[in-house]
Amino acid sequence: MKLKHTILLGAAVAGLLGSAVASADEQFIGLPSYRVGPYASGGSGLFGGWIDYMQLINERDGGVNGVKLTWEECETEYNNARGVECYERLKKKGSTGNSVFQPVSTGITYSVLDKVAQDKIPMVTIGYGRTDAADGRVFPWVFPMITTYWSQASAIVNFMGQKEGGMDKLKGKKIGLLYHDSAYGKESHAIMDKLAAKHGFEVIKIAVAHPGNEQQSQWLQIRQAKPDYVVLWGWGVMNPTAIKAAAKTGFPREKLIGVWWSGAEEDTIPAGPAAKGFIAAGFNVAGANYPVVADIKKHVYGKNKGNMEDKARVGSVYYNRGVVHGIITVEAIRKAQEKYGKGKALTGEQVRWGFENLNLDDARLKALGATGFMPPLKITCADHEGPGKVKFQQWDGAQWKVITDWVDSDRPLVRGMIEESAAAYAKEKGIKPRDCSKES
Amino acid sequence: MQFFIEVLIGGLLSGVMYALVALGFVLIYKASGVFNFAQGAMVFFAALTFVGFQEVLPGWLGLEAGSNMVFWLAFLLAFIAMIVLGIATERIVLRPLVNQPHITLFMATIGLTYLVEGIAQMVWGANVRGLDLGIVDEPIAWLMDNYEIGVSKFDLFAAGVAASLVALLAILFQYTKVGRALRAVADDHQAALSIGIPLQTIWRVVWAVAGFVALVAGMIWGARNGVQFALTFTALKALPVLILGGFTSVPGAIVGGLIIGASEKLAEVYVGPMVGGGIEGWFPYMLALAFLLVRPEGLFGEKHIDRV
Repeated sequence: MKLKHTILLGAAVAGLLGSAVASADEQFIGLPSYRVGPYASGGSGLFGGWIDYMQLINERDGGVNGVKLTWEECETEYNNARGVECYERLKKKGSTGNSVFQPVSTGITYSVLDKVAQDKIPMVTIGYGRTDAADGRVFPWVFPMITTYWSQASAIVNFMGQKEGGMDKLKGKKIGLLYHDSAYGKESHAIMDKLAAKHGFEVIKIAVAHPGNEQQSQWLQIRQAKPDYVVLWGWGVMNPTAIKAAAKTGFPREKLIGVWWSGAEEDTIPAGPAAKGFIAAGFNVAGANYPVVADIKKHVYGKNKGNMEDKARVGSVYYNRGVVHGIITVEAIRKAQEKYGKGKALTGEQVRWGFENLNLDDARLKALGATGFMPPLKITCADHEGPGKVKFQQWDGAQWKVITDWVDSDRPLVRGMIEESAAAYAKEKGIKPRDCSKES
Repeated sequence: MQFFIEVLIGGLLSGVMYALVALGFVLIYKASGVFNFAQGAMVFFAALTFVGFQEVLPGWLGLEAGSNMVFWLAFLLAFIAMIVLGIATERIVLRPLVNQPHITLFMATIGLTYLVEGIAQMVWGANVRGLDLGIVDEPIAWLMDNYEIGVSKFDLFAAGVAASLVALLAILFQYTKVGRALRAVADDHQAALSIGIPLQTIWRVVWAVAGFVALVAGMIWGARNGVQFALTFTALKALPVLILGGFTSVPGAIVGGLIIGASEKLAEVYVGPMVGGGIEGWFPYMLALAFLLVRPEGLFGEKHIDRV
């Protein structure tokens, strides 16, 4: 009993000392990761890339203006309840608390939407989450950055227009929408209906029940309808199943266009040769031949401090997406330090300002070694999304090949929908939108 | 009509795939009265172990990657792993719970599910892997050219595998000593024990055979959708099959699979569009529920009569 007490006391003292040492000039970032469970393969790549980038900043630059980055992972298993638990567990960690929460799950995003505003912790949702949160006047604490689902759908239609030789050529075409039968999948409906009305094509919506490991009937319906293109709005096992079913029914893979949650190696490798020719959108590209990835290899893996067990996955779609998360997080901290003091650990509220004033232009991306890796990004008080652009990549049977430059979305249409939806939310919740002319 | 036939054939063949998973449940339920919630996890574990060995064996033994030797060695090792898992389950989970209520055993298998899933990912990692059995998943050209009906070669292969497994299991149950002992244990544990049938050995055999079925099902499903965590979800497809076919009948699993497969596809294609689609997930359960009201023991299940 005595020994047990001594051990407990020792552990408590060590913990206190540890946290005291850790608090000096360190910026804490809580990572609600998912490395086990149904989506672990994507999670391990994404969080691996993210951690490797933060490690790079510490190893190569000595931190952000001397402030070392620290982090702690909390396993969510992509489960909402666990995600909320992780949010609570992480929010008070570090000398200034958690500086940013990035749930990497739309479900968890919705679960903590009100909490982040109360706790003054910015929530960044890159490529997922609530689309209308892009209106920063109504959602000051939420940043659905780079591009939203609505922008993506619009960019996909623009890409089809490019392939056909002009947007007017889409008139009379049939576009199948094979979607995951969930809130995530249905997020595509409103925008596709608007785009169909604008460009004169027909949308054939076909639902796939979760998990989507059986799609015989859906693809028979597609074969019968004979669409010109099919948009694959999938997730997890639904993606390789759809690609294989497309091959089985003879649907050309070059006409099957996946969203960014359908366009990773984890989606194409299980589909084998059937995936050759499949195209997918992405707000980041695959590939290890970017200076930022080369630096990670040199400064992080060169010192055996890399996070990825399987080094061959460095440069994969999910890994590079993690690097993008890292870049945006670090650059927001850097920006916030310009206002609140270089070399200081910042609070979540201060880092929020950094996100809202983030400007990753071509010059900055070049300096970061990320030209072409992600689109230039400018965030403002009103616009928490940014460029709304995607590139398209095609699977050549062994790897992803970029086949377009950044493709724009229909910004006026998408922004109009975002503002309309955000205004309805503000009215429902009694929120008075911010006057961005008064923000500094 | 052509389209209807195509949907029907596709559904029947999908049903065979569900039946493959359902067989594993039936085996364990027949011999021990335990509904093994971990069967889906076992499918995942088996397939992941198979592809895991396929990856490491060339490096360990200097064999050519993708060769037949590697395939069969990986199959053998994965089967041995399933036997070890079966024996360990009997020793650690089932033996201490002998004579406990069935619900206790059921709860133990829920715990086992998470353990098996965790061990599989811990040992082999969480990466999604492809699995190529050398059978292409494309329509038979002759049927397509002449009748415009798409029937996949892979689905036919899976149906052949399922038929062979059922035949094998039928022989095992009907014509071998072990099979007779299995049936005796299934009928009455205590009576079987009283005449000298070693219950624990029988359980180990059953779990090993269920492990073999899981390995075959995992390989077929893995070749179709990739070897990944989602293989555990195949159990969800097997549940309505079991309710319909009966928990204790091997042929019932097949017939139940065919009915579920065909009806869910027909419902999705012909009823789905009227209600917004995506009904494939719940329709089989609704059908099974309706069936339960009429015939609780399933089509081929043993009718339970209690003397009061």
